[in-house]
Amino acid sequence: MDRIPILKFGNALLVTIQVDMHDQLATALEEDLTSKIVSHNARGVLIDISALDVVDSFIGRMLDNIAAVSRILDADTVVVGMRPAVAITLVELGLSLTGVKTALNVERGMAMIHDRLAGSEADDADDED
Amino acid sequence: MPTTRTERVGIKVSDDVVRVRQITRAFALEVGLSLVDQTKIVTASSELARNTLDYGGGGEVTAEIVEQGGRRGVRLTFDDKGPGIADIEQALKDGFTSGRGMGLGLGGAKRLSNEFSIVSEPGLGTKITIARWK
Repeated sequence: MDRIPILKFGNALLVTIQVDMHDQLATALEEDLTSKIVSHNARGVLIDISALDVVDSFIGRMLDNIAAVSRILDADTVVVGMRPAVAITLVELGLSLTGVKTALNVERGMAMIHDRLAGSEADDADDED
Repeated sequence: MPTTRTERVGIKVSDDVVRVRQITRAFALEVGLSLVDQTKIVTASSELARNTLDYGGGGEVTAEIVEQGGRRGVRLTFDDKGPGIADIEQALKDGFTSGRGMGLGLGGAKRLSNEFSIVSEPGLGTKITIARWK
């Protein structure tokens, strides 16, 4: 079965969704990401959906689930690159993705993850004092 | 209402939901819908195609380009011979689900369309028609 590739980028995972996903592919991505967060000790997950011209309730739920599971595993998920027409449609559909952090592009998303990591490292340093 | 183009797609596996999205997109482009309206009708088609598959046990969609009073639009009719919907009003409510979804499919598809109609007979199947006009 096809899989969406997951790249390691420092201590974050980067996923760029470039195909129109059928439901099993979305479910497989959710499972793959969850296991890779643990095996790579990842602290952040960046999901680039700029190539997606449609996000329906199934893919919306997948994004919500990934964000929730990664939070439990101490990793931050940021969804980046949502197209304006997709955002308008998602809200009208009734999915506002309240549990998902978003950023306009990959650079800003990566900055959000790094900011959080810098913050937690500073906390760790304080603990050692 | 004259129909200028028609295509039928069977909905039997989850790849067919992707095909329904692609045909809806092609028809919406041909009609000249705005990008936001294209996205809305394609998203609605995805929700309804998944419902046909998950709850109707599979079926088919008829996609049409229709004309009425000088306006063009995309009309989609989803047909299944599944168990039917006993309480349509309840099924249209957000959050109502009998399956694995979020329960946004039917109500969401209605909000994303200009026209929405549903005919369902318990034990015989469900027919849902939506349209989006330019």
